[in-house]
Amino acid sequence: MLEIRNLHVSIEDKKILNGLTLTVHDGEVAAIMGPNGSGKSTLSYVIAGKPDYEVLDGEILLDGQNVLELEPHERAAAGLFLAFQYPLEIPGVATMSFLKAAMNSQRKIRGEEEMATADFMKAVRAAADGLGIPQDMLRRGLNVGFSGGEKKRMEILQMALLAPNFCILDETDSGLDIDALKIVSEGVNALRDPKRAFLVITHYQRLLNYIVPDSVHVMAHGQVVKSGGKELALELEATGYADYKTLAA
Amino acid sequence: MNDVTPIRTKVENALLSRFPQVKAALPGDAAIRDLRDGAFASFEQSGLPHRRIEAWHYTDLRSLLRDAPELAVKPPSHVIQRAAEHGSPLDQVPATRLVMVNGFYDANISTFGLPAGVSVKDMHSALGQSEPLVASHLGKATTTPDPLIALNTAFMNGGVIVTVAPHTKLDLPLELRFVTETVDAIAMAPRVLVIVGEGADVTVLESHQGPDGVAYQTNAVVEIFGAAHSRIEHLRLSAGGNYAVDLSTLAINLQTEAVFRSLHCITTPGLARHQVFASLQGEGIAFDVDGVALLSGTQHVDTTLAIDHAAPGCTSRELFKTVLDAQATGVFQGRIMVKQIAQQTDGKMMSQAVLLSDDARMNNKPELEIFADDVVCGHGATCGALDDDLLFYLMARGLPRLEAEALMLAAFVGEAFEKIAHEGVRELFEGLAETWLKGRSTASKKA
Repeated sequence: MLEIRNLHVSIEDKKILNGLTLTVHDGEVAAIMGPNGSGKSTLSYVIAGKPDYEVLDGEILLDGQNVLELEPHERAAAGLFLAFQYPLEIPGVATMSFLKAAMNSQRKIRGEEEMATADFMKAVRAAADGLGIPQDMLRRGLNVGFSGGEKKRMEILQMALLAPNFCILDETDSGLDIDALKIVSEGVNALRDPKRAFLVITHYQRLLNYIVPDSVHVMAHGQVVKSGGKELALELEATGYADYKTLAA
Repeated sequence: MNDVTPIRTKVENALLSRFPQVKAALPGDAAIRDLRDGAFASFEQSGLPHRRIEAWHYTDLRSLLRDAPELAVKPPSHVIQRAAEHGSPLDQVPATRLVMVNGFYDANISTFGLPAGVSVKDMHSALGQSEPLVASHLGKATTTPDPLIALNTAFMNGGVIVTVAPHTKLDLPLELRFVTETVDAIAMAPRVLVIVGEGADVTVLESHQGPDGVAYQTNAVVEIFGAAHSRIEHLRLSAGGNYAVDLSTLAINLQTEAVFRSLHCITTPGLARHQVFASLQGEGIAFDVDGVALLSGTQHVDTTLAIDHAAPGCTSRELFKTVLDAQATGVFQGRIMVKQIAQQTDGKMMSQAVLLSDDARMNNKPELEIFADDVVCGHGATCGALDDDLLFYLMARGLPRLEAEALMLAAFVGEAFEKIAHEGVRELFEGLAETWLKGRSTASKKA
């Protein structure tokens, strides 16, 4: 369970989050929607631990543990996963080596044994096949020369292998055509589990046709200004964000 | 312009008084004595190179050299035995090893039995016995006037002369292993000639090692001659002691359609300058020289290249990667000269540095001098920190900061290592880089 309480965050003295409060229960898929500049991506980065942000007040608890005290890698080992809006290209770092380093590092932090190479290869192949990722992509530099859709699929592959208990999808639908959107959504849906929660950040309702949320929260001016069920997303699609832009102002 | 004659430093004075004392004992016939006198006269005139000399602007040897230790003598057998017992990272690479202890070749601890087509002569005896190869090759690889070559020529005492007969293809690399075995600071000036015959194919390894905590000084000159159609891969590991001064010059002279590639990997010595002077004398030569430097502490490491395109249709490639931590200083100076005759030259030089600390410093100076009009030449230099966004991405996947940095840095230097043809040495160098990356202390890290 993730609990965000009264979170105030600024970057370079600009206030982005203004007392945001949100709870996502185990097994829940929560969608965050909101206009540009409402602080959605900031929220995802702050949860994951990006260093540029200054947390002025509030706390973020993952299963009762305050993640704000943890380094990004410790948060990952504790079960947090952020699927980046723009996954980065890392030339010279083979995808396979990166995946192995990440998995084993998390295991080490948790005091678990390293994964045997054969088991690791098997797990990667199975996950890659499910997402339609060809083997030769895994031998190339991480995300180097991948299309937008391939990069997003690679994020979901990492999510599947690292098996986090709290996943944040930051505008995973951006830059995806309809076929890629379906593949990515199916990948996410396959990972839905009573013990795993998702925070799905998106501008558009379309993604939520494929990843059907349990709750929808509207963000504006760095706060959650309205919460509801999945029908709230349809409502937003019809009315737009105009009402919310003024609501919190 | 008349240079202002600076006041002599302690080291300069020591060298000036030493040469007359030792020269009678140094090996050589009349011709060699003349060569030594001429070389020393040029040193006498110029003194140690300093920052007001363009080629030495970033490595002011005059102020960096604090002592002029005694010249090494031929080591006694117990010293040679101790040197032989030292392991080297290169032990894992099967090779024909030619071992120099304190600059002197010792056949007894070198590989017994040379491969067909290879002959080796002790430089110390060769200098004293009017060896024709000395007369024909010594000092002939480059015409670049240089203070390190001059000092080496004045004091040269040991080393080897290796010849590889035409069309010889060696299965194993030839290793020139320089081991310094001493508890007191000593100065060494080994001289090596590697003469590779027409169409021969050889891998030459060169390794330098010595004790930590001893301020010994090496000023090695290795001259490599590649005849027409020869193929040479030269791989150099500089792993001297932490107080060592490792000065070295690699002078390369290549003839028509020779293929030469080199990589030097440098990790430990306190103060190092590695010079590469290449003279591309024949058409259609493929020349590639690369380097990886992994520096920390207060190391000062300088790589200076001068590539002389003196014939048409040659290609040259240079890729240098420098990683600097703590208060380390790196210098890269690379000059590609294209003579008027050298049309259709294709030259590309790149120096890239990553700074891991606010106190590390990198000086990059690529230069092109082009007198031909039909050429493709380029150079580039970059210098920066690791990308914070990339580090965050890796950390968000569970890698601690140092491991994330290590992954990125291994990829950074890996680009140069990838060019090594000899698989065993490539893996060895990658392993050394990995060890260096793992050993980085967290003390100098920013939060």
